[in-house]
Amino acid sequence: MKSLKIAAVVAGVFAATAVHAQALVKIDGSSTVFPVTEAVAEDFQKAKKGSVRVTVGISGTGGGFKKFCRGETDISNASRPILKKEMEECAKAGIKYVELPVAFDALTVVVNPKNTFINQLTVAELKKMWEPAAQGKVMKWKDVNPAWPDAPLKLFGPGADSGTFDYFTEAVNGKSKSSRGDFTASEDDNVLVQGVSRDNNALGFFGFAYYDENKGKLKAVQIVNPKGKAVTPSIDAVMAGEYEPLARPIFIYVSAKSMDKPEVKDFVEYYLKEGGKLAKEVKYVPLGAADYKHAQDNFRKKKTGTAFGGEAEVGVKVADLLKRDPKE
Amino acid sequence: MLKAADLDAIRAIITRAKRWDLFFSMLGILSLMVGVLTFTVLFVDMAIQGVPRLSYEFFTSFPSRRAENAGILSAWVGTILVMLVTALSAVPLGVAAGVYLEEYAPKNWVTDIIEINISNLAGIPSIVYGLLALGLFVYYFGFGQSILSAGLTLALLILPVIIVATRESIRAIPQSIHEGSYACGATTWQTVSDHILPYSSAGILTGVIIGMARAIGETAPIITIGALTFIAFLPTAPFAGDPPAGLFDWILAPFTVMPIQMFNWTSRPEAAFTVNAAAAGFVLVFMTLAMNGLAIYLRYQLRKNIKW
Repeated sequence: MKSLKIAAVVAGVFAATAVHAQALVKIDGSSTVFPVTEAVAEDFQKAKKGSVRVTVGISGTGGGFKKFCRGETDISNASRPILKKEMEECAKAGIKYVELPVAFDALTVVVNPKNTFINQLTVAELKKMWEPAAQGKVMKWKDVNPAWPDAPLKLFGPGADSGTFDYFTEAVNGKSKSSRGDFTASEDDNVLVQGVSRDNNALGFFGFAYYDENKGKLKAVQIVNPKGKAVTPSIDAVMAGEYEPLARPIFIYVSAKSMDKPEVKDFVEYYLKEGGKLAKEVKYVPLGAADYKHAQDNFRKKKTGTAFGGEAEVGVKVADLLKRDPKE
Repeated sequence: MLKAADLDAIRAIITRAKRWDLFFSMLGILSLMVGVLTFTVLFVDMAIQGVPRLSYEFFTSFPSRRAENAGILSAWVGTILVMLVTALSAVPLGVAAGVYLEEYAPKNWVTDIIEINISNLAGIPSIVYGLLALGLFVYYFGFGQSILSAGLTLALLILPVIIVATRESIRAIPQSIHEGSYACGATTWQTVSDHILPYSSAGILTGVIIGMARAIGETAPIITIGALTFIAFLPTAPFAGDPPAGLFDWILAPFTVMPIQMFNWTSRPEAAFTVNAAAAGFVLVFMTLAMNGLAIYLRYQLRKNIKW
């Protein structure tokens, strides 16, 4: 026990010397939001000529909120809204936060380029393939639509820990995390790209950036939106609000306590000002200019809480989200 | 006199035995090749992809969203600093524990249990060390997600390797050296410091370097304690900046290491990042080989000086 005390003293000495360290913004969370935040962090540090340091980790949306609600990070990247359980955790620790949408991601459904019979899919058809009841029953393409060939249906998707999986299942099957289990799952989207590009009978889904970089190897499927129009996933289609229901907003959560630190405030202001341009560069879809402005207002007014109240939602407009009165 | 028939029978036996000999040597070469060729293919593939990417800028640039501007500066500096902390903490602890167990510890059931446990520790998956370190170093001691936490975690990981290597190399010293020293009236400590440590240092060093070579590529425990993925600055050097940093400020700085940087790059959508990952992998393998090379050289130098 004595050695523990000595170690604690040593730690105290080190901690004391670190007090006058440089201004630091600590960010952690979703790997989906990471590319956007990373781009903003890179340019922000250059703009500040290195006087502010920014670190970005990848613990996943859930892992990020755990650290955020323990007060370890200033900002949490999230590819889905905060859940009830996480809200309670934060409330217990007295952590308040502002929820800011920063961009859209277009979930892209892809098939092998050799697949000639699929050009567009309806949500109902996707549901037939992915719903829990399909497990062990819908094993061939003709089981979904009799006009399609008698070939095995090979499904590829992200693992159950990812926000992408949560959103897709919510949008397609009507319930977050409810899906058939007999598909090839991987947390690494490049593995999914490889899988679909090598198998003529494959179908998979992941973020738009991974499709865009591998256009030669994959074929994106048009999704029939609620108005009955088949839409090819693209940055323009999402911005026009036509790529529904698979376009989802991604968020950052800023701790209210950290907002008093000038470096965190500057960083978020910079994010909302330059984020749209940078999001486009890393193949995400920027929000409308008015939305960024509105988000900035909410941030300056410190409107703490979440517009979702701990429930997942599909197809909600960002402009409407920002107008809502956030709950804590 | 041997009959011709007997002679033929003997020759047949010899031929058969030699055939088995040939068969087994083939089998041996084949088994060896499985390992060597796999490594060679992987390494050559990585070198072909990655080496053209290596440039002065690659070593002096921070990570970036643009693959062609991205570099490994924060990663290699992080790796070296973490290794420094690991070596400084694991070597004294490991060697002292090894010497105690060999020279001082009474041979009873308590030491037996400790010995068994040390051997078992070497086989524990590294992620377990990561979880232990997360609770102990990161939270309980409050070191945070720092170079210090990572260095101590990896030190725990390679401690059993160093202890075992120390004991093995002490046992390789002839018993007569011990006895001669004691016969001249030396105390245990005099025996250890004048004879045991100098003679076993070559073996200990090999153990240390093998342990370090294992630690340098570890990813799981480092991710568990929370190494960062994007970090575009270096820990503050001692006495740099304003107000000047303390001598040990860097030890509590956030960091990233080479394997994590590689891992991050391989999961990017752009193919150009895969090339970066290959280049970083090449550098990492080179670092490991350099460490092993150094171990062989030092061992040779130390052995040269030992004359029983």
